[in-house]
Formats: sequence, C-alpha cells, structure tokens
Amino acid sequence: MSAPGVSGLARREWRPAAGLEVLRLRARLLAMVRGFFAERGVMEVDTPILSSAAVTDPHLDSFATVYAGPGTGGPVLYLHTSPEFPMKRLLAAGSGCIYQIAKVFRNGEAGRLHNPEFSLLEWYRLGFDPLRLIAEVAELVTLLLRDRIPLQAPEYLSYGAVFERYLGLDPHTATVAELAACATAQALRAPPGMPPDDPTPWLDLLLSHCIEPRLGQGRLSFIYDYPAAQAALARIRPDRPPVAERFELYLDGIELANGFHELTDAAEQRRRFERDNRRRAARQLPPLPVDERLLAALEFGLPDCAGVALGLDRLLMIAAGKTCLRDVLSFPLERA
Amino acid sequence: MATYSTNEFKSGLKIILDGDPYTIVENEFVKPGKGQAFNRAKVRNLKTGRVVERTFKSGDTVEAADVVEVEMQYLYNDGEHWYFMDQQTFEQLSADAGTVGDNAKWLKEQAVCQLTLWNGLPLSVSPPNFVTMTIVETDPGVRGDTSSGGGKPATLETGAVVRVPLFVQTGEVIKVDTRTGDYVSRVKE
Repeated sequence: MSAPGVSGLARREWRPAAGLEVLRLRARLLAMVRGFFAERGVMEVDTPILSSAAVTDPHLDSFATVYAGPGTGGPVLYLHTSPEFPMKRLLAAGSGCIYQIAKVFRNGEAGRLHNPEFSLLEWYRLGFDPLRLIAEVAELVTLLLRDRIPLQAPEYLSYGAVFERYLGLDPHTATVAELAACATAQALRAPPGMPPDDPTPWLDLLLSHCIEPRLGQGRLSFIYDYPAAQAALARIRPDRPPVAERFELYLDGIELANGFHELTDAAEQRRRFERDNRRRAARQLPPLPVDERLLAALEFGLPDCAGVALGLDRLLMIAAGKTCLRDVLSFPLERA
Repeated sequence: MATYSTNEFKSGLKIILDGDPYTIVENEFVKPGKGQAFNRAKVRNLKTGRVVERTFKSGDTVEAADVVEVEMQYLYNDGEHWYFMDQQTFEQLSADAGTVGDNAKWLKEQAVCQLTLWNGLPLSVSPPNFVTMTIVETDPGVRGDTSSGGGKPATLETGAVVRVPLFVQTGEVIKVDTRTGDYVSRVKE
C-alpha cells in the first residue's frame, strides 16, 4: 500500500540519478585524489561555503542567502563559487601547499555539462610556475583515468596557437569586425546584442562554438597564455602582447580545469575587483562586496604560487563514459 | 508581447525569430568557466520545416510565438484551398497549397488531422498516421511472381502512389502509414 500524500513525481524521482556503480567510482576517484596529495605532502583544507564577500566576476552569479542570527556585519551571506579567496588567505598565513575538495555554487548554470552545485578540486603549489602545475594536473588526471580512458601524450597550445590552428586568426590583435567575419565564415550566426567594441565576448563565442568541441580528442589539451583581458585572478606577463598566465585543460571537448599563476599584487587585485564591479553596473547587475580580508592577506604577502581548480563531476563523467553530468550526480538539480 | 528568457528554453518551446515562428528542437547551455554564457539551440522553422542552429546570450529574451496544435476534420478542397472544421465549435478555416504541401495526397474527406496554427492561421497540416484508401489503379500482378520483390505501384483515390504487394488489386481498400508512405495491409470493408 502506498503512503498517502507522496506525489507520483516524487515516487519516480526519489532515487539517485547516477547508478550506484558510478557513485562507487566517484568514491574511488576521491580516495585516489587524497592519496595523490598525501604522497606529495599537500595538506587537505576546508574553508567556509558562506562568505560576507562575493566573487565580482560579471560572468559568475553567486547565490545569496540571508543569515538571521548574531555574529556578522550584515545579514547577506554569499555561497562561494570557488574556495579561492579563503585558500589564498591560508597560503598567506603560511599553510604551505594545500588542496580542497569543495562543493561550489553558481547560480543560473544548468545544462548537460552544468549543475548549479558541483564538486571542485582546487589546489595551490608554492613556487610552481604554470608549466610545473600543468605537468602535475596532467599526472593526476592521467592517474584518475588510467585503465578507463586511453590517452595519448598531452598537447600544449597557447591561446593564440589554437585560434591560429582552428580559425586562422590572431586572437590578441583581431578586431571585432574580423571576429564577426570569422563567425560568419564558420556558419555561426552571432547572437543579438553582441558588443561592437569589446572583442572578449566574440572570442568566447568562437572558442566555445568552433574550437572547444575539437580540443582534447583522445588526449589532454592544455591551453595557456590567455589574452590579458581574460586574466581573472592570474598574473599578466608583460610580453608583446601582454598575456595572462592562465591555463585551461580540455578533454573530449570539455573544459575540465582552469589554473593561474596567482596574482599576488594587492593593489592590482583591488583594481580588478573595482573594474569587475564597474562592468557589473554597466550590465545592470548589482555591485558586490569586495573581499577586503583577501586584499589584506595579499598586502601581508601571498607567496609566489600557482593554483588550479578542476571539475570533479565532469572528470567522473568522462571516467564513467557518460555524456551528461546528471548521470554522475546522486541528486542533480531536478531531484535535489 | 510575451517573451521567454533563455532560462525557459526547452524542446518544443515556440518562439519568433526574424519574424518567423520556430520551435526549439534542442537547447544546450554553453559556458566557459570564465566568460560569456550562451544558449546554443537547434530550432525548426515552422513554415519551412528547416532546422538551423541559433546562439543566444544566456539571460536574453526572445519573443514567444502564439503557436498551438489543434485537431480538425478535413472537409473538402475547392481546387485552391483545403477546408477544415473544429469538431467542437464547428469553426472552419482554410489552408492553401503551400501550407498543406505534400500531405495533400493523404487528405481524405472527414479525416481528423493535426493542424499547427500560428496566430490562428494554419502553418502546417499533418494527416492521421494511418489512412485507409481505395486503389483506383494498379497493374494486375501475376500470382506467384515474386521476382520483382518490391511489389508494384498503386494509385489511390487521392492520387497518392504507394508500392503494394503483387496480390493487391484495383478496387481493394488498403491501410497506409502516411509518415513513410508505406503499405501496411489490406482492409476488409
């Protein structure tokens, strides 16, 4: 006899979306990650999900929640989109190399490869330059996919080189008109409302539609040296043109990881936060409280380091041979 | 003007693009970790049936199309228009050759068809999946001759031509799958 009050929908949806064998694989991968870092003397840490400051990046939308009790300056707390800020405060406090497996939250992101709540593995290595961290990412991912996905040797391409290879243009110098013409030549109709004066969204459009699906075919593809306008929290190297010391990892056309040679300059960090908030205002988005404690930590001194965040659910999806994130999540958004 | 945000995109949603009605076939949310999010959609033009890819900036809105599917009974053809009737309200409307297209050959009087209406006007007419029709002409097949394998052509009362087995003769009634144009069986009247 069925209990009264339980809806038919709930009766269909109480079960996990991922098979139990996938959840077992997830547990094994997590154990391997912890073993990998234990062997290298990288300490596991745990930082808060709720913060009184938020990420200012106009392309990231933090969930906000209202705290009712005593103990904070204001009632609004933000769910972190990555544990980056508090981890950097730990680094400045002298933690040494650290890693964290965190649930992070990004509002508005749902689809085949997105769930608004997902698992991120983030780690920081003191004294590493991006190349050395890229090598460690390759080692870890290869280990996690061993016996599951055959991989050829990784490839390493600069952002400029991938655009040159797949679209025949230089992303550092191309004008909006040239990028728009390139989209047309690729039979890609640009969406309405693309800015006529800012090449960055055009580069995002071309990269996500015309290049990403071709990256990481049977091998790890690392893309590095991004345009300075896409630096986020990476250092900018004063080359000609200047490039952001940022890298991304792709496998099977899917973005798996994003890493930086971390910006340590507090004044520059403050300028970037403020610029982000001006861009938010231009898009009618509310400005967000800047993380003053992070800026204070940078002022005190963040050791030279490189850091990277890797999407564990996407990696698990590839390891399990699935094509949808929801197939590897116990309870994705629709069932949460 | 009703609109939909890209957050509401799902297959089957009807929207207006460049003044034409479209239905969303597939929608993918595409977003780099750092950077602009897009919705990459496959959309079908409800006038032409063509499927094209369109990309939208996530969060943007598009105009909603007032498109509905209704069941109507086919009445007759006056040489220029095909007339249909709503069986509840007895309201009638007509569709021209451009709208009915190839499906005209499956329209038999009184058949209940699926019409797609945009702002109350027909965009397309779908016949029932199965229709029964009388064969008005087919070659008398030789019984036992299986050498031609695929059967023989038969012309139906509406002018449609389908391949039928050799044993089926002029004057017989057959059942046809309109989606494939394939003969299904003989029907005893």
